[in-house]
Amino acid sequence: MQLKLCRSTIAVVVVILCSLQGVNAQKAIVVRFDALQKIIDTKSDQIQVINFWATWCAPCVKELPLLEKINAQKNLNAKITLVNLDYADKLDKVNEFVVRKNIQSDVLLLDDLDYNSWIDKVDKSWSGAIPATLIINPRTGKRKFVEKELKEGELENLIASLN
Amino acid sequence: MMKHFGLIGLVVVLISGKPLKYEIGDAVADFRLKNVDGKMVALSDYASAKGAIVIFDCNTCPYSRAYNDRIIALNKKYLEKGFPVITINPNDPQMSPGDSYEEMVSQAKRKKYDFPYLVDESQAVTRSFGATNTPHVFVLQKQGNDFKVAYIGTIDNNSRDATAATKKYVEDAVDALLTGKAVPTQNTKAIGCSIKWKNS
Repeated sequence: MQLKLCRSTIAVVVVILCSLQGVNAQKAIVVRFDALQKIIDTKSDQIQVINFWATWCAPCVKELPLLEKINAQKNLNAKITLVNLDYADKLDKVNEFVVRKNIQSDVLLLDDLDYNSWIDKVDKSWSGAIPATLIINPRTGKRKFVEKELKEGELENLIASLN
Repeated sequence: MMKHFGLIGLVVVLISGKPLKYEIGDAVADFRLKNVDGKMVALSDYASAKGAIVIFDCNTCPYSRAYNDRIIALNKKYLEKGFPVITINPNDPQMSPGDSYEEMVSQAKRKKYDFPYLVDESQAVTRSFGATNTPHVFVLQKQGNDFKVAYIGTIDNNSRDATAATKKYVEDAVDALLTGKAVPTQNTKAIGCSIKWKNS
């Protein structure tokens, strides 16, 4: 009897732990470019930091902690959107990566392979190479676009420059 | 001769403050780079060609791998028509070990390249073209003794699936040049791996 109770308690605990994990773990949302356009055009008070990356892109993966750090600093009032450019059939791989790295920023998998149709809409100066990061202050209307790997502290300076 | 081009380029960069890169209609300076067979290949070697399909490409980039068979097919289709494919690896092997000369040689052997796969060790040719990612295509048209830029961009509009591509930019450009028509789309952009520059 006691053993049975113990077992069911363990089972309940396991279920609770699993569901807690489910709440915390982020998942990539598959979107088309129009969803990203809405974020670029948002009138929110938050600074929008839109980073383009892929799991296979080493410099992209390297700079992700810098973006996560900004995401965690709530006083900066910056919204991080990580736009993943892996192919949509790699969604499971992307989600596995997001969980393994415990990424807390929003992750969108941009499934829009007609790249030429939308690259200029992000920024006219963008060649299409990644990593690339667009920072917009909707309040001032100022924006910065960076087509290279971010260095420690660079993002903070870029955000401050848009005030 | 090349030294002088470099010097002129440097002066222009100093004056304009902007890096020099080729635009549509520009004549391309001759280049001479080492091929995977150890021999040197120059653009001027293609004296009887009608043009060339110059592609900055590498071993490691997933987009390069996705487009590899399409690049091989481009040479099969257009070499005899006078537009040979010339691929150039721009990546610094220190930054990207999988793109070393030895790895280029084995890639060319494995995929039976029947076109040059050149190494741009100094990255000077890559800079002069203004290539930014791989694969990055420059379709050149021979006019007199000059090779002039007629198209800059991506191969088609679906990197994942060749059969799903609805716009074949490079083929459309070369077909237009072969029939004396205007190139329908002269510039396109695509997501690609950034070129791995030396100590950057």
